[in-house]
Amino acid sequence: MNTSQLKFRDPALGRALGEKLTTVVNQIGRDPVSVMHVCGSHEQAIARFGLRSAFPRALDVVMGPGCPVCITDVPEVDEGVALALQGVRVATYGDMVRVPGTVKSLADARAEGARIEVVYGIDQAIELARQTTEEIVFFATGFETTAVATAAALLAGVPKNFSVLSAHKYIPPVMEIVTEMPGTRIEGFLAAGHAAVITGSGVFEAFVKSHGVPVVVAGFEPLDILAALVKLVELVRDRTPRVENMFPRAVTREGNRVAQEQLWKVFSPTGGRWRGIAHVPNGNLRLKEEWAAFDARRRFKIDVARLWDSAPPKLLGQCLCGEIMSGSKGPKDCPLFGKDCVPENPVGACMVSTEGTCRIWHQYGGHLDLRGIA
Amino acid sequence: MCLGVPGKIVSVDGLVATVDFFGVQKQVNLHIVDEPVVVGDYILNHVGYAIRKIPLEDVEGTVAMYQELIDGKPDDLMRQDIEGELR
Ligand code: SF4
Repeated sequence: MNTSQLKFRDPALGRALGEKLTTVVNQIGRDPVSVMHVCGSHEQAIARFGLRSAFPRALDVVMGPGCPVCITDVPEVDEGVALALQGVRVATYGDMVRVPGTVKSLADARAEGARIEVVYGIDQAIELARQTTEEIVFFATGFETTAVATAAALLAGVPKNFSVLSAHKYIPPVMEIVTEMPGTRIEGFLAAGHAAVITGSGVFEAFVKSHGVPVVVAGFEPLDILAALVKLVELVRDRTPRVENMFPRAVTREGNRVAQEQLWKVFSPTGGRWRGIAHVPNGNLRLKEEWAAFDARRRFKIDVARLWDSAPPKLLGQCLCGEIMSGSKGPKDCPLFGKDCVPENPVGACMVSTEGTCRIWHQYGGHLDLRGIA
Repeated sequence: MCLGVPGKIVSVDGLVATVDFFGVQKQVNLHIVDEPVVVGDYILNHVGYAIRKIPLEDVEGTVAMYQELIDGKPDDLMRQDIEGELR
């Protein structure tokens, strides 16, 4: 099928794809068949356009660790909070402000007088730095698609009073971790189209070879997602694990080499924890030695320990975010969901971000999974 | 956040383009995009950087989908993400 022909509003095509999906899942003859996508925008589109109602009952489409805010680890948030409380101006993406650290979020720090600047991108943070002599730290979160912007900005030159606190994450390694988890049910992955625009679909080939799990690159239009799911369950059915690119109008096998070059000039992959999930070898992107002068971790003595004197909020210990992102639990398994934890008063990071599973389920909850009602 | 937003290039000055996003004009950085872009092209913006050029035959469908999202309810998360990018 030529995906470029797909127009997302064609209901006939949508129905046909839904039927095809059911046929293939039935041919597999197991219940459930579980696949994972790793992108908040995929989950939003699935929920918003009611795609789950077109999924066969036996197909479980799980949202994995695809929300960059949600997987920013607690100690990383603590670093931002500590810096801000030390009097440094911290600029970051809006979603980061309410994400809980061990004891405090950036919003709590702001309430105590710290200066937190919400920006929509790194260039805006650099602009802030140009207008002042004060130190500006950009708390950088996001996957490779966002990290390339950070890299390009540093390479283009930034003012002396500007530095980066990198919490950037790199997706391919976490797919290995999720697949290797004991008791994992994940039989295939949908990869996020726009991350693959940068890395190329080829980046998944080594993983598919070593783990025998298929990966299909998917676009963001509802019919893109359905078509990619059909392809993915076909690969599961046929036991032919390979990488398929179902978003060829945007993604090539090699990806965007210009962007990759910039990314790896500035960052090197290091191991680190993903919030609530696990230590992910090569899953964190940290500034290379050459960029020490612009690395907030080397530029400042960040005193996170002083944040740990008071006890963490009690409810946070009950948050299942990590289990949800690794696919073993769903938001409905969390007793706090929709009760003690709501978007206006979130307990865990998955309820904070517009890309968090709990937030998305809470928002679109009523018509999320029509199969349960029908 | 990984959705990005499509917009039409109004002018190009070196590696910075002025881009129209559904009536909002913004500067977009061209350091990452790996294809030459000219006035009239559509690009996809992510955090102020063009990450790809949108193929001509795709523009109409893509813009239509985003228009539908922008016209969604104010609490629609996809609408909020798009508005966040255009702040
Ligand atoms: S509902 Fe809240 S507390 Fe429960 S898992 Fe989700 S974010 Fe965590």
